[in-house]
Amino acid sequence: MTDQTAAGLRIRDLRVVFDGFVAVDGVDLDVPRGDLRFLIGPNGAGKTTIVDAVTGLSKATGSVQFGEQELLGREVHRIARAGIGRTFQTATVFEELTVLQNLDIAAGAGRGFARLLRRRRGVPEAVERVLGTIHLADATDRLAGTLAHGQKQWLEIGMLLVQDARLLLLDEPVAGMSHEERDATGALLQEIADGDRTVVIVEHDMEFLRKFARTVTVLHQGRVLSEGSVAQVQADPKVQEVYLGTAADAAVVAEGVDGVDGAGVDGVKVEG
Amino acid sequence: MSALDRLTRPGPLRAALGFGLGALVLLVVAPATLSQFRLDLLAKYLCFGIVAVGIGLAWGRGGMLTLGQGVYFGIGAYAMAMHLKLAQTPPGELPDFMQLYGEVTELPLWWQPFRQASVAVPATVLLPMLVAFVLGQAVFRRRIKGPYFAILSQALAAAMAILIVGQQGTTGGTNGLTDITSFFGYDLGDPVNRTTVYVVVAVCLLGCLAVARQLMQSRYGELLVAVRDAPERVRFLGYDPANVQTFAYTVAAGMAGLAGAMFVCAVQAINPASIDIVPSIAFVIGVAVGGRATLLGPALGAIGVAWLTTAASEALADRWTYIQGGLFILVVAFLPNGLASLPRVVGDAVRRRPAEVTS
Repeated sequence: MTDQTAAGLRIRDLRVVFDGFVAVDGVDLDVPRGDLRFLIGPNGAGKTTIVDAVTGLSKATGSVQFGEQELLGREVHRIARAGIGRTFQTATVFEELTVLQNLDIAAGAGRGFARLLRRRRGVPEAVERVLGTIHLADATDRLAGTLAHGQKQWLEIGMLLVQDARLLLLDEPVAGMSHEERDATGALLQEIADGDRTVVIVEHDMEFLRKFARTVTVLHQGRVLSEGSVAQVQADPKVQEVYLGTAADAAVVAEGVDGVDGAGVDGVKVEG
Repeated sequence: MSALDRLTRPGPLRAALGFGLGALVLLVVAPATLSQFRLDLLAKYLCFGIVAVGIGLAWGRGGMLTLGQGVYFGIGAYAMAMHLKLAQTPPGELPDFMQLYGEVTELPLWWQPFRQASVAVPATVLLPMLVAFVLGQAVFRRRIKGPYFAILSQALAAAMAILIVGQQGTTGGTNGLTDITSFFGYDLGDPVNRTTVYVVVAVCLLGCLAVARQLMQSRYGELLVAVRDAPERVRFLGYDPANVQTFAYTVAAGMAGLAGAMFVCAVQAINPASIDIVPSIAFVIGVAVGGRATLLGPALGAIGVAWLTTAASEALADRWTYIQGGLFILVVAFLPNGLASLPRVVGDAVRRRPAEVTS
């Protein structure tokens, strides 16, 4: 490893085109190892599409490297095995399996065939640790389909942890959560990103972003509009213009964004 | 905890007890109480039960609606029938039907390997598994699933039956391979030997149930359910769902092949009508009626439907087909998880009732 960024996520000239529509248009993005990066931008800015491209779901051109490995062009499950984990906008867990079974499957991609054909005996150590972290230690034998919405999202994050993902890409991890749940999730994500795990979050919730983001990348129409700390991005006139349409109103919002009342300036809602 | 509790709780003990009970009924009670005619019929039903165990795994747990298990049943059946046919043909002669149709003057090359029991017997299981593996990799890698997979598998069953009918000179055509009189040197006309065949079939069924139980309880079984419900999520955890699906599909094909081979021994004949679309769908109906995602539901459902088919067609002739179709619709509409879920559905309904009264 020559420098910090080489070990993190390094995206160069990423382009994703769907039937002639350019969803991502030449994005360069560096997320150093251990960062907690938020990707924000109005609808259609290309946030989720970038996550899809990194994880192999969407075909893309350019270059995506994590550590020293090139990810573009590899199959989805091989990218996952290289240490890239993701969640989806709607929490996707295996509803007919228990919490323990969900986590055990997430922990097991490296298991050999002979081990797969035997029964699970006890709880694997990695799963045991994570059960406490995601506050589901009392729910190990509950079917994942019976969990509350927020618990499902935690289970998904837990699955990424036992999967031992080095890069976690989370698509709206706090959507539909209560205030307390958001704070708990934010603290958990900060804890995860403290060390050699890198976390990238696609999020619309500005209050959540202000509280927990270390760095922010603002996307607009498939390009990077602005990048930096929360304060730097908020002060950027280009960002204010995109979110509000006119520079005149921008000052009002800048106030609102900085305001102590935490009135949650949601990018999408403000846009409309 | 009382001893009774321990025996009725899910776990290895209850499984062993159930397994022992099943073995007792199949291997002791049935031969002692049924007439030879009924026992022969039961042997046939148990063969369908073996196919059903595999379908329960592939469809119930794996979500692959296999509407064409007749293909693998047929490969196993024809492999066994070819061997038994050759074994009872005097050296230097052709099997009777080839002489009759007169289209060939010497034994076709692809019949030759089946002369050896050491080749033919393993082939009844391994050949279907090989075909299923190749097909499974091709299909599941392309992420073909749901109705598309079902139609594909059904078309395959039709194609195979048409192929066999068209090649009358070497396959026996519509008549199939008939008049199989001996089973590895034992005369199949002798009731004692027919009872032996029945016992072998019953042991095969119990063996397949044991294999299916181990697979369902293993980590693989959990993974298979995960692939059924959310294949993309599994992919993002670092697994290739195509491999997970192919394995269950291949095991199911092996069971169907074994069932086909035993069917030939029990019925002493095989023809294309026993392996094409109609019997392929009948297998699935039995599995759906019994409860596709359970261990015993598919086998019991298939055996029950097969038994009803015989009993009802003796009394009702052609009308049975409509009743069978109606039964299938009723189960799919009102008991989507099959008769195996009936106790739970009734239990839920009973529990719900007092609550409604109080509110």
